Amino acid sequence: MLKWTRFNILSVTLGFAFLYLPIVLLVIFSFNESKLVTVWGGFSTKWYVSLMSNQALLDAAWVTLRVGLLSATFATILGTMAALTLVRYTRFRGRMLFSGMVYAPLVMPEVITGLSLLLLFVAIGLDRGFWTITLAHTTLTMCFVAVVVQSRLLSFDHSIEEAAQDLGAPPVRTFFEITLPIIAPAVASGWILAFTLSLDDLVIASFTSGPGATTLPMRIYSQVRLGVTPEINAVCTILIGIVALGVICTSIITKRRETQRQRDERAAAAGA
Amino acid sequence: MGKFTSGLYNRLVIVIPYGWLLLFFLAPFFIVFRISLSTTAIAMPPYEPVFSFADGWAGLLSKIGEFSFDNYTYLTDDPLYFNAYVSSVVIAGISTFLTLLIAYPIAYGMAQAPRGLRPTLVMLVILPFWTSFLIRVYAWIAILKPEGLFNQLLLSLHLIDTPLIILNTNTAVYIGIVYSYLPFMVLPLYSALEKMDGTLIEAAQDLGCPPITAFWRVTFPLSIPGVVAGCMLVFIPAVGEFVIPDLLGGSQTLMIGKTLWNEFNSNRDWPVSSAVATILLLILVIPIVFFQNVQAKAEERGK
Repeated sequence: MLKWTRFNILSVTLGFAFLYLPIVLLVIFSFNESKLVTVWGGFSTKWYVSLMSNQALLDAAWVTLRVGLLSATFATILGTMAALTLVRYTRFRGRMLFSGMVYAPLVMPEVITGLSLLLLFVAIGLDRGFWTITLAHTTLTMCFVAVVVQSRLLSFDHSIEEAAQDLGAPPVRTFFEITLPIIAPAVASGWILAFTLSLDDLVIASFTSGPGATTLPMRIYSQVRLGVTPEINAVCTILIGIVALGVICTSIITKRRETQRQRDERAAAAGA
Repeated sequence: MGKFTSGLYNRLVIVIPYGWLLLFFLAPFFIVFRISLSTTAIAMPPYEPVFSFADGWAGLLSKIGEFSFDNYTYLTDDPLYFNAYVSSVVIAGISTFLTLLIAYPIAYGMAQAPRGLRPTLVMLVILPFWTSFLIRVYAWIAILKPEGLFNQLLLSLHLIDTPLIILNTNTAVYIGIVYSYLPFMVLPLYSALEKMDGTLIEAAQDLGCPPITAFWRVTFPLSIPGVVAGCMLVFIPAVGEFVIPDLLGGSQTLMIGKTLWNEFNSNRDWPVSSAVATILLLILVIPIVFFQNVQAKAEERGK
């Protein structure tokens, strides 16, 4: 009955055109010779060249990268623990509050999260800068990691873990030898999601950063308000390229793992 | 010994993320509320009273006595704030509805696609979400400007004679929100529609139900969990949206996220911006709790 009708094809195609057209146009116009962003003046890479001498932008990119790497790593550890708690420990005091705190940051408007974290940092006397942005990003992105890992944990057979424990493996060893290898793809995509969210964040970073630490989105934002320039298009294109590369790599890894797993299962079935 | 370590392990797995979220997510809201009861001061931090351990218990109590609801009275006195709250809710509501209208056919088409194609389509919906939100909003400036690409296209097709003014209006804000939040609506809808049993529609049609009626009486009711989750995921963050109204909206676009930002960054008035945030949070508590229930139910079903 399910039909891939002409109407379905059209709505999906138009939807994807809407999603991708702005991004494609931005990439095209980053190679524009003309200074006017909307008039095509011939192919040129000069904006990429002028980018390389923009020290403020390069510094901001470096800060963003370090914040992203650190906060994504912390967030993956904390988020995986949170996911384990959500899935494995269904009964403990305060579980409602806990799951609330995991889901709420996903929808909480960024201005509220940013302001409240800033006020916390001031109240406990933490100087704003690199570390406060990292802490803020860890808190926000661990919830996204938790949701991604949780969905993987829900679909996996708990009895494998029980078998390991019955055979005498302590919980930590069970986790590292059984659980982690199985949920590894979800943990990896959680890390990448946390990293890209951190690279992307403007509002929370603006609230929690200090004079010494400006992130790339903050720098882009302040330049965009002064006017659209092809140089910003070039920065954006590089960022899009990095993300696209990351996504392609992860999908290749996941696909390879999936084929490997299927092959193993078939071999196991044949053996039995 | 095994029992001891396993008890310790279980406890750590719960306590570490729990403690982290209590400290960095929940405690900050109490601080926001507490500062919203303070008065502005020319000092660092720029509010009074400030607690200190040196005051002792009596000093602490006397300082709590200095708390006042003046900031909240101020917010109700100035119609700017009331209008900003109302217009944020209205803009977010309209955008959520528009997003639903656009996302539904996309999600429906994806759910009907050949099985082998579906993971790729899902990937393609998620992909823009991985590229910078700021960049995607920024890309719309070049499209919507009076001399931008959209107007150039319409002019060259002779559909219009003078460029349309879209940038810096509420229309641009709607476009920006619909565009940025579209994946958040498509994905829950798709997962609800994809799980649907196709034989139900077949049965309806065998019994002589025309396709449109079958859609409204069978497909749509079954997709309601996805509709609710998608609408929450779009509506709640859209109410507090700051970047989109700031970059695409005009001077007449009034949204509370932008008001809060200005209060904090331009006026440096921490107590008033805390009061603005507290009320925004109170407005959002109902949809957030609603969203959590939807999530909890989905979690239950997953088991």
